[in-house]
Amino acid sequence: MNSKLPTSPHGHRGPAECGLSVPGESAVLHPGVKPASLRDGFPLLAGAPALHYLDSAATAQIHRSALDAVLRHETTSRANISRGTYRLAEAADLAYERARQTAARFLNAGSSEEIIFTSGATASLNLVAHAFGNTLRAGDRVLISIAEHHSNFVPWQMLRQRTGIDLALIPVSASGRLDLGGLSELLDSRCRLVAVTHLSNVTGAWTDVATLVDAARKVGASVLLDGAQAVQHGPQDVQALGVDFYAFSGHKCFAPGGVGVLWGRAELLAAMPPFLAGGGMIGEVTPAATSWAAPPQRFEAGTPPIAQAVGLGAALEWMMSLDWAQLHARESHLCRQLIEGLQTIPGLRLIGPEFSAARAPIVCFDIQGLHPHDICQVLDARQLALRGGHHCAQPLLAALGVGGCTRASIALYNDEADIQALLDGLHFVLKELA
Amino acid sequence: MNDNNSLYQEAIKQFAKAAHGHGQLQHATGAAQLDNPLCGDRVAMQVAVTSGHIAAVAHASKGCLLCRAAAAVIGLRAVGQSEAGIASVTEALERMLKSGEPLPAVWPELAMFEPARAHASRHRCILLPFRALLAALQSAPSSAAADRPAVP
Repeated sequence: MNSKLPTSPHGHRGPAECGLSVPGESAVLHPGVKPASLRDGFPLLAGAPALHYLDSAATAQIHRSALDAVLRHETTSRANISRGTYRLAEAADLAYERARQTAARFLNAGSSEEIIFTSGATASLNLVAHAFGNTLRAGDRVLISIAEHHSNFVPWQMLRQRTGIDLALIPVSASGRLDLGGLSELLDSRCRLVAVTHLSNVTGAWTDVATLVDAARKVGASVLLDGAQAVQHGPQDVQALGVDFYAFSGHKCFAPGGVGVLWGRAELLAAMPPFLAGGGMIGEVTPAATSWAAPPQRFEAGTPPIAQAVGLGAALEWMMSLDWAQLHARESHLCRQLIEGLQTIPGLRLIGPEFSAARAPIVCFDIQGLHPHDICQVLDARQLALRGGHHCAQPLLAALGVGGCTRASIALYNDEADIQALLDGLHFVLKELA
Repeated sequence: MNDNNSLYQEAIKQFAKAAHGHGQLQHATGAAQLDNPLCGDRVAMQVAVTSGHIAAVAHASKGCLLCRAAAAVIGLRAVGQSEAGIASVTEALERMLKSGEPLPAVWPELAMFEPARAHASRHRCILLPFRALLAALQSAPSSAAADRPAVP
């Protein structure tokens, strides 16, 4: 089993398939250049040239490399893992553990043994709420924010119900950023865990992780980041972030659905009891008692999503091959184009911060008198795929005084034509639904 | 014009705007509030039931055009109906949306929802006010004692 890994994943340089230049090479992808080769790497988009897919915050399209990896695995290496001694089973083992190592490099984890495969970010967060939650006692505090996705909100409410923990909330400012002004009052010696979003799925605001981690360390609290949205915008560095847990899903980073990752610091994972029980997570089972396997197997009861994990590994390898400095510049350019265009639409309220570097291209808006589902339905007729509703963040929308809103989320395969089509579409919506 | 645009035909917009039955009853005998957990839409429905039939109905609907138009149809047509009659209309509406079965002639306005058949994600928007009305009727003590089958 792998232990120590090479350092940061950042700076990997990729194959020509990504269509981007790399430092030291001549071509530069200007913001206005359509990255046709990027879009071509996504079979669904390549097969639907008229589609303007702007719902990647819900599900990103799957990259060809991930699809190919799943097909290859299922047709050449399909077997259960950690079970068989025959060569096919060993091939499956190897593929699965390689994916674990890739995920560790993607997060710059200290060891692949800190990577737990789950069914998605929701399962990862529930795992922490149960397993880490079992180490908490009544009166211990867990600090989350009002901006959390329900998957990082409800598990903590359920833990409060089970064990009597104190659940406190970081508020948001009017623009939807986490308001860390009152942090010193919220973070006291009772606080054992701060569990917040890395990037809001509604406001597009990045969390000021450094401030949170500094404050949490002063009281000895651990820090969990829900990275479901963040991972789509590039590899992360959990060591540089200074956090203790990091959760994400495959379907939001160009990989298959049904697989996710929980990264946790080795010493914390070692102190946590299992969440689910079953095959693969045990040390020894006797009629009298059962002992646990060491992490990560302790937290992977039953047959895991093997092929999906292999696909995730391929998608993460592909992501690490890209030049993210260029991609961030491009995403930022499109985000600015979108926000500036939205601000010209009568009756439109932007939900979340104005355009800035601390904002990701996840843009929610409300148009006075129009329901988000009606907006999305009319846009669909123009080949525009957007999401409308509460985005599984009802407490946040209530805090911002919004019943529901429409969301456009931009990924690396989007371009200026997608943004213009949306802006034109919204003007059409105003006429159609007036 | 394609399916999505025909969904928003003028009749739906007009019904949503007219909002027949929007408001509150002074002497409701039954009330219910239902949410659509997917989008957070909410319909609060009140009824006054006399002798097993709806004497008055009022609703407060926070929802999309389809939801508000459906609530307005209820505001226009529900008075005089029994719980069994409302259940029958609701089932017919659901069958029309799912499998295209014909609608009852006594509620002709429901035909405006036929284009929604192609959009399964929106069926719940149309049915929410009807389900809220049924729940309100079931909460009314005297509601339809005469309509309901006896429980053995």
